[in-house]
Amino acid sequence: MIQVLSFYLFASIMLAAGAFTILARNPVHSVLWLIVAFFNAAGLMVLAGAEFIAMLLVIVYVGAVAVLFLFVVMMLDIDFAELRAGFIKNFPLGLAVALVLLAEVVLGMGAYQAGSLKLGTPDGTAAAVVGASNIKSIGALLYGKYLFLFEASGIILLVAMVGAIVLTHRQRGGVRGQNIADQVARRPEEAVINMQPEVGQGVKL
Amino acid sequence: MDFVQSFRLTAPEVLFSLSGLVLLLAAAWSRSDTSARVITWLAVAVMAVGAALVAPTLLGGASGPQTLAFSGLFAATAFAAFAKLLIIAAAAGSLVVAPAFFQRVGAYRPEYPVLVLFAVLGMCLMVSSTNLLTLYIGLELNSLAAYVLAAFLRTDDRSAEAGLKYFVLGSLASGILLFGTSLTYGFAGTIDFAGIAAALNGKISTGAIFGLVFVFAGLAFKISAVPFHMWTPDVYEGAPTPVTAFFASAPKVAALALTVIVAMTAFGHQVAAWQPIVIFAALASIVVGALGAIGQTNLKRLLAYSSINNVGFLLIGLAVATPKGVAALLTYLAIYVAMTIGGFVALLMFKGADGEPVEDLRDIAGISRHRKVLAACFAMIMFSLAGIPPLFGFWGKFVVFQAAVDAGMVALAAVGIAASVIGAFYYLKVVKVMYFDEPAMKVTGKSDWMHQALLAICALAISPAGYLLTKCLDGLSTSAAASLITP
Repeated sequence: MIQVLSFYLFASIMLAAGAFTILARNPVHSVLWLIVAFFNAAGLMVLAGAEFIAMLLVIVYVGAVAVLFLFVVMMLDIDFAELRAGFIKNFPLGLAVALVLLAEVVLGMGAYQAGSLKLGTPDGTAAAVVGASNIKSIGALLYGKYLFLFEASGIILLVAMVGAIVLTHRQRGGVRGQNIADQVARRPEEAVINMQPEVGQGVKL
Repeated sequence: MDFVQSFRLTAPEVLFSLSGLVLLLAAAWSRSDTSARVITWLAVAVMAVGAALVAPTLLGGASGPQTLAFSGLFAATAFAAFAKLLIIAAAAGSLVVAPAFFQRVGAYRPEYPVLVLFAVLGMCLMVSSTNLLTLYIGLELNSLAAYVLAAFLRTDDRSAEAGLKYFVLGSLASGILLFGTSLTYGFAGTIDFAGIAAALNGKISTGAIFGLVFVFAGLAFKISAVPFHMWTPDVYEGAPTPVTAFFASAPKVAALALTVIVAMTAFGHQVAAWQPIVIFAALASIVVGALGAIGQTNLKRLLAYSSINNVGFLLIGLAVATPKGVAALLTYLAIYVAMTIGGFVALLMFKGADGEPVEDLRDIAGISRHRKVLAACFAMIMFSLAGIPPLFGFWGKFVVFQAAVDAGMVALAAVGIAASVIGAFYYLKVVKVMYFDEPAMKVTGKSDWMHQALLAICALAISPAGYLLTKCLDGLSTSAAASLITP
C-alpha cells in the first residue's frame, strides 16, 4: 500500500515539477524545479528497487544542475541584488518545499523497507541476480551482455568530443609558446655578459 | 557468448572502429593538406575492405540465429549486408570528392574522413540492429557525426546555420523516438524486436499504439518523409555540397533499412496499425516533394525536394508490407544511391572559372553548348530521377509499383504514378534550362579525373546498360528481404 501511495506521490510531483520547469518565468526557478523533478525521479527508482540508479540520479544530476545553474547565471543577465532581496520574502515557501522533500525522503525510505514495486512484464533476461547488490547486477549486464553496446556508446562520446574540437578549435598566429627544450639548452655564456664599465661611461649592449 | 563467432560476424564494424581510432590519431599529428588527402584515401581503402568483408554475407544469403552476435544484440543478415554495401558505396563516393571542394577554401581537415568513417559505423549498427538499444546507439552515432559534418565549413554562415538547425531538429526527433521506444518497452516488457513482436501479437493496446506512432515519427524525421521533412531543404542547401551528397545517400539508406526492420520485425504482427501511417507518409512525400521542387531555383534545394519525393516512392515498397515490397524497396534504394551520388557529383562539377560552386538553376542555362558531356550526364540523371524509360530509374519505380499492384494495392500505385508525373515537370525543366536556354557561360571551371570517373560510373549504372544488372539485383534483394522476414 505504502509503495503505491508513494509511487503516485512521486510521479505526480515529478510531472508537476517538470511542467513548472518549462513554465517558470525566472530561469533560476526553472533550475530549482528541475532539481525537484530529479529528486522525485530518484524516488521512483528507489521504489523500483534500483537504489544505485537513484543515487546516480541524485549525485550526477544535482551535480550537473549546479553546473547548469552556473551557465544560466553566466549567459543570462540576472540581477542578483533583486534575487537576494526576494530571499527573505520567499523563505517560507522555500522552507515548505524543503519540508515536502524531507517528507518524501522519509516516505520513500519507508516504502523501500516495505519491498520494491513489481513493474512491467520482465522477459527474464534482465532479472536481478538473487542476493547480488544493484551495482553487481548492473555491472554484470553492462560489461557482459551489453558489452558491445557499451563500447559503441564509448565511440559516440568520442565522436561528440572530436566534433566539439573540430568545430571550435582554431590555430592562432602570433602566440608565443613555451619551448622547454630551448630553455633547458640555453648556456650561461650565451645569456650573461661580464663587463667593467668606466665611471661616467654607459654600457653598450 | 562465443566471442570468436561474435567478432567474426562484426568484423566490418570492428574494422571501422579500430581504423577510425588509428586514423584519428594520425589526424591529430598531421596538419598539412597532403596528409588530409592521404587520410581520406586510407578511409576509402578501409571502406573497400569493409565492403569485401560484408559481401560474402549478402552472397550467402545469411539468415537465422547463426547471424546473431554478442548475445543477440547484432544481426549480420543478408538484409543488413545489402544495406551496408549501399551505405559504404555512398559514403566512399561522397568522400572522394570532398577534398577538392574543401581545399579550395582551405577548410579541409583530416577529421572529415574520420567522422565519415564513424558515421558509417553508426549506420552499420543501425541496419544490423535487433533491439531498441542497438537501434538508438547506431542512430545517435550516425547523427552526431552528421551534425558536425553539416557545420564543417564553420566560417560559412550557411553551413553553421545548417549544422545548428540539423542539430536542434535532430535532437528533437531523437527525443520523440526515444519516447516511443520507452513506451514500446513499457508495454512489451522487452527491448528485443523478436520479443516485441511476440508481446504485441493480436489486439494492440492504446499505449503500445502511442509507442509505435512515436517510433515511426522519429524514423520519419531521419528519412525526411513528409510531414517531418521541413529541415531537409535548409540543411541540404546550407551544408557543404559533398556533405549534402552524403546526407542524401548513405543515412537515407540506413534510416530506411532501419524503418523496414522495425516495421517488419518488431511490429510485424501489427501491420494494420502502421500501414496507414506509412501510406500517408509515402503519398504525402511524393506530392510535397514534387510540388515543393517546382519553385526552387537553387539546385541543392531542388535535389533536396527530389530526395523527399524519392523517399515517398521507397515507402510505397514498405507500405505493401510483403517480402516482395521490401525487395522492391531495396532495388530502388540501390538505383537511388547511384542517381543521388551521380547528381551531386555533377553538381560539384558545375563551377566557375576560379572553382567557385555554381548552384543556381539560371547559371547552368545552356551549358549543353560548351560542356556537352557534363550536360548529357546531368540530363540523364534528371530523366532517370523522373523515372522515364529506358533509363534505370524507371526500373526502380516499376518494381515498387509492381509489388503494390501484386499485393492488391492498386489505388496506392495509381496515385503514386499520377504524382510521379508532377515530379517529372521540374526534372524536365532542368533539362530544358540546360539545353534550350541562352547560355549563361557561368560554368567554365574544369574538374579533376576523380569527379569525371565517379560521374561516369554513376551514369553508366543508371543508363540502359543498368538493365543487365536487373537479374542480379533482383536475386540479391529478394534473398535480402527473405533473410529479414521469416515466414
